[in-house]
Amino acid sequence: MAVVTLTINDHLVSAEDHQTLLDAAKAADAPLPTLCQLDGVSDVAACRLCLVEIDGSPKLQPACMTPVAEGLSVRTDTQRLRDYRRMIVELLFAERNHVCAVCVLNGHCELQDLAIEVGIDHVRYEYLHPHVGVDVSHAQFGIDDNRCVLCTRCVRVCEEVEGAATRDVMGRGTNCRIISDLNVPWGQADSCTSCGKCVMACPTGALFTQGATTAEMEKDRSKLSYIVRAREEHQWVR
Amino acid sequence: MGKIRVATEWFAGCAGCHMSLLDLGEWLFELAKVVDIVYSPIADVKEYPEGVDVALVEGAVSTDEQVAKARLIRERTGVLIAFGDCAVTANVPGMRNALGKKEVVLERAFLDLVDSQPQIPSDPALPVLLDRVVPLHDIVDVDIHLPGCPPPAARIQAVLEQLVAGEEPRLVGRELLKFG
Repeated sequence: MAVVTLTINDHLVSAEDHQTLLDAAKAADAPLPTLCQLDGVSDVAACRLCLVEIDGSPKLQPACMTPVAEGLSVRTDTQRLRDYRRMIVELLFAERNHVCAVCVLNGHCELQDLAIEVGIDHVRYEYLHPHVGVDVSHAQFGIDDNRCVLCTRCVRVCEEVEGAATRDVMGRGTNCRIISDLNVPWGQADSCTSCGKCVMACPTGALFTQGATTAEMEKDRSKLSYIVRAREEHQWVR
Repeated sequence: MGKIRVATEWFAGCAGCHMSLLDLGEWLFELAKVVDIVYSPIADVKEYPEGVDVALVEGAVSTDEQVAKARLIRERTGVLIAFGDCAVTANVPGMRNALGKKEVVLERAFLDLVDSQPQIPSDPALPVLLDRVVPLHDIVDVDIHLPGCPPPAARIQAVLEQLVAGEEPRLVGRELLKFG
C-alpha cells in the first residue's frame, strides 16, 4: 500500500493509493453530496452528485469512481459544481412524484436532505407527474415507483450482499423501472429471500415496510453496515 | 412610514398554511404593529386591493379562476410569496396530474367513486379545472418560495421578520428550507 499526495481545494492531503477521490475528500473534511453511493456495495457513478473538477481536465469526474493519484489537484465546491448539483436534484424531483408531505420517509429521506443541502427552494423544471405504480404484492414490503430515483442501491445490495439478484433495471429514460425477477410482481419473485436489505438500502420512500404511514419510517442502515463489515473483516460466528 | 400592506390568498390547498400562520400566536400582535392585513380568506374583504406590499399565496393553481386571480395578485403586489409546498411544488393537489386531463379526473372523482346519483357538476358558476395542476411560479413570477407542508410558524416568522426589516429573505438550512 502506497501513499499519494494530492490537492483538494488548495489543501495538500495524503491518501492511500487504493482510495477514491470521494474517500479522500471526506477525510479532508470536504465531504461531497452522494445519492447512489452506499458503503459495502460497488460504486456505479449513476447520480453524478459527487462530480468534481480536476485541474487540467475539461471533463468533470465522479469522485466515487475516480482513484486518487499523485499530484492531482481537485476542486469539490465551485459555482459550476453547485449549479449542476442543484440541477440534478431538481430534475429528480421533476421526474417522478416526490410528494414529501404524504411520503412514509418524510423527515428521514436522503433526497429531501439533498434538496436542503443544495439549497432548493423550488424546482425550475416542469413536473412530469408520470402515472407509475405501487407494488404491494410482497407480504412485508412494498415498492413505490413514484418515489424511485433509480440509484440502483437495491439492485446492488440484493446481488452483492444478499446474493439473490432479485432486483434489476428495465427500460430506458423516463420508462426506466426497478423490477423483481423478470418483471413479475414482487410477491411472485421466487428468488426473493424477503431479507429486507433493499428496503434498508433505499434512500427514499420507494422501498418501504408495509404498514408504515406518512413520516413514520426510518431506514435502518446499521444492520446493513453490520453485515458488510462482518464480511469484509471475516467476523463469522457459528 | 405607514404600515406594510399584507394580503393572503388560498388556492388549491388545505388551509394548513393559513393555520400555521395563525400558529404564530402572540407574535401576531407584534406583527400587527407594523403590518395591515388588507385581504385574506380569513378577513372580510371582497376585492383584492391595489398597492399590496406583500402577498402570501397558499395552494397550487388548479382552475381558470385561480389563474386570473394569480395574475391580478401579481399585478397589484410588490413581493409575492409562494406560501407552502402546494404553491411551490403543486404537492398533493398535483397528484391528480398523473391520472390525466380534467375530464378523466372529474370522471374519477364524481362518477367512478360515487355510489349514489353520480354526476359531474356543471353549474356555470363553478370555476373550470385546468388539465394540469401547477405550482404558482408556472403562472406568474414569484419572488420568494416558502416551502413546507405546512411551513412551520417559525419559518413564516423568519421570512416576515426579514421582510419587515427591509431585507431580502434568505432561506438556508433545514429549519427554513425543507419540503414536506
